Amino acid sequence: MVDATAPTAAAEAKVAVRDLTIRYGDHVALKDVTLDIRENEIFGIIGPANSGKTSFLRALNRMDTFTPGMHVEGEIRFAGHDIRKINNLYALRKRIGVVFPLPVGLPLSVYDNVALSPRLSGVKKRADLDVIVERCLRRAALWDEVKDRLKSLGSLLSGGQQQRLTIARALSQEPDLLLLDEFSIAVDPVTTMRIEDVLKELKEEVTIVLVTNLVQQARRLADRTAFFLTGECVEIAETEAYFDGRVKDTRSSDYVEGRFG
Amino acid sequence: MNAQPPSTLPDLDRRTFAWFVDKGMQVLMFVGGISAIVFIIGIFVFITREALPFITGTMDFGEFFTSPRWRPTSENNPTYGALALIVGTASVTGLAMLVAVPFSLGAAIYIAEFATGRKREILKVLVEMLAAIPSVVWGFIGLSIMNPLIIETFDVPIGLNIFNAGVILGLMAAPIMTTIAEDALKAVPDTYREAAEAMGATRWQIVWRVVLPAARNGLVAAVLLGVGRGFGETMAVLMASGHAINLPEGIFDSVRALTATIAAELGETVQGSDHYRALFTLGVLLFIVTFVINLTADLVVRGIRKK
Repeated sequence: MVDATAPTAAAEAKVAVRDLTIRYGDHVALKDVTLDIRENEIFGIIGPANSGKTSFLRALNRMDTFTPGMHVEGEIRFAGHDIRKINNLYALRKRIGVVFPLPVGLPLSVYDNVALSPRLSGVKKRADLDVIVERCLRRAALWDEVKDRLKSLGSLLSGGQQQRLTIARALSQEPDLLLLDEFSIAVDPVTTMRIEDVLKELKEEVTIVLVTNLVQQARRLADRTAFFLTGECVEIAETEAYFDGRVKDTRSSDYVEGRFG
Repeated sequence: MNAQPPSTLPDLDRRTFAWFVDKGMQVLMFVGGISAIVFIIGIFVFITREALPFITGTMDFGEFFTSPRWRPTSENNPTYGALALIVGTASVTGLAMLVAVPFSLGAAIYIAEFATGRKREILKVLVEMLAAIPSVVWGFIGLSIMNPLIIETFDVPIGLNIFNAGVILGLMAAPIMTTIAEDALKAVPDTYREAAEAMGATRWQIVWRVVLPAARNGLVAAVLLGVGRGFGETMAVLMASGHAINLPEGIFDSVRALTATIAAELGETVQGSDHYRALFTLGVLLFIVTFVINLTADLVVRGIRKK
């Protein structure tokens, strides 16, 4: 067992997770996960359904307060702060952008979708908002497609466009940490590749946690990858290690080679 | 002779029991659906037929809409000025909405967005129970509790007035408006709330920036339903408004409502008399106003949706 108060690892990691256990009532979704996510890396999480990947993400930005019955034990340190002991939960969430599996275009205009977060933080000047909106939409590779219809409803865009809108919205928070939960489920392959290119560029500025069903996507993007299986963190390794047999647990290589799951 | 090949297909021409049930239910549902239209047209035709001889005969449109003198029982010179009644209904309904809209929207937002678990269930049941209180009970409260309270608190000669009726009507309309508004808020997908929550929005910011705009249509519908309720309410208004034909100058003046006039006078009239037909004309007016309110609501909601 790792000492939960050990300062050494926590000091250098962007996110330090110690003995994280998540329960829904009697059901244990994740047990005793200990891992570090480093600054400016893309940290992949792979694993079959019900392995606890999404629960892990939800714990990182304290979405447990929004989910009745979800109980989180253990310690999560974000940039040195124990996120269970901070006073301003909203400030924490502002620094963490989230992209959900199915795009959520809020029933606002494209512009207002991206401007929402800055507005929540108190940015009021139209000119400032214009700059933020354009920058975020450009970085999410969506600007050219929507620049002529910023006033139309965000929920009317196509699935792939909405997902990029969601990413633009997450970027408008200027997050330190970006959580992506199977973002490509509702997105066509061409758009997926465009988003992946965007993520590779973003890595320079933010730390990214990428939960994905697609082993190949993890291979293309993630520097290191964790393998979750029925609530257990089986493996944490360089992503390439999964493919050249350097992983410690045979279940990990079995999974990436499609032998189960 | 060729023997019939043994077929595993069911007989395609034989109509089964389920087929007949389906047809029968379709007809039944059609009758149910069409009956709404039949009834509304029937009611309109009926009240218009009763009112028409007055509208085309005795009625003076100028007098009807501009004169506050409603004296249908005068033996020498009956006058049919409905202005005081129209103003009475409008002022009471207006005040009722000022009371009901903040209360009901506040209650709906609290129940849908903030309350959890047992607290929320209890509140919902209580609100629904409030909606079930008969209007005569509200009228009684206006008459026997609000009346002396108003006289004492505001030092006015009479407590049966616009203020009394408006507050009573507002409290009466609030529960049903709350229920409809809460449904509208609950229809907003949780994914919206989650997305906003993940962005670091506070509970209030989620409500204000995301949930309310998304539920706007339903909220407009809730408010307009309350307006319709206020227009149509009879008994409580009759008991609490003072029932005095009067152009009010302030909220502590007594007034008389269109509906209360019909209820109070129709039993006293001779069928087919001018007075009888004049009351039906008030009915036509009420019908048209509520129809226009509902139509406006519908158009507003559609307009928003199209955008």
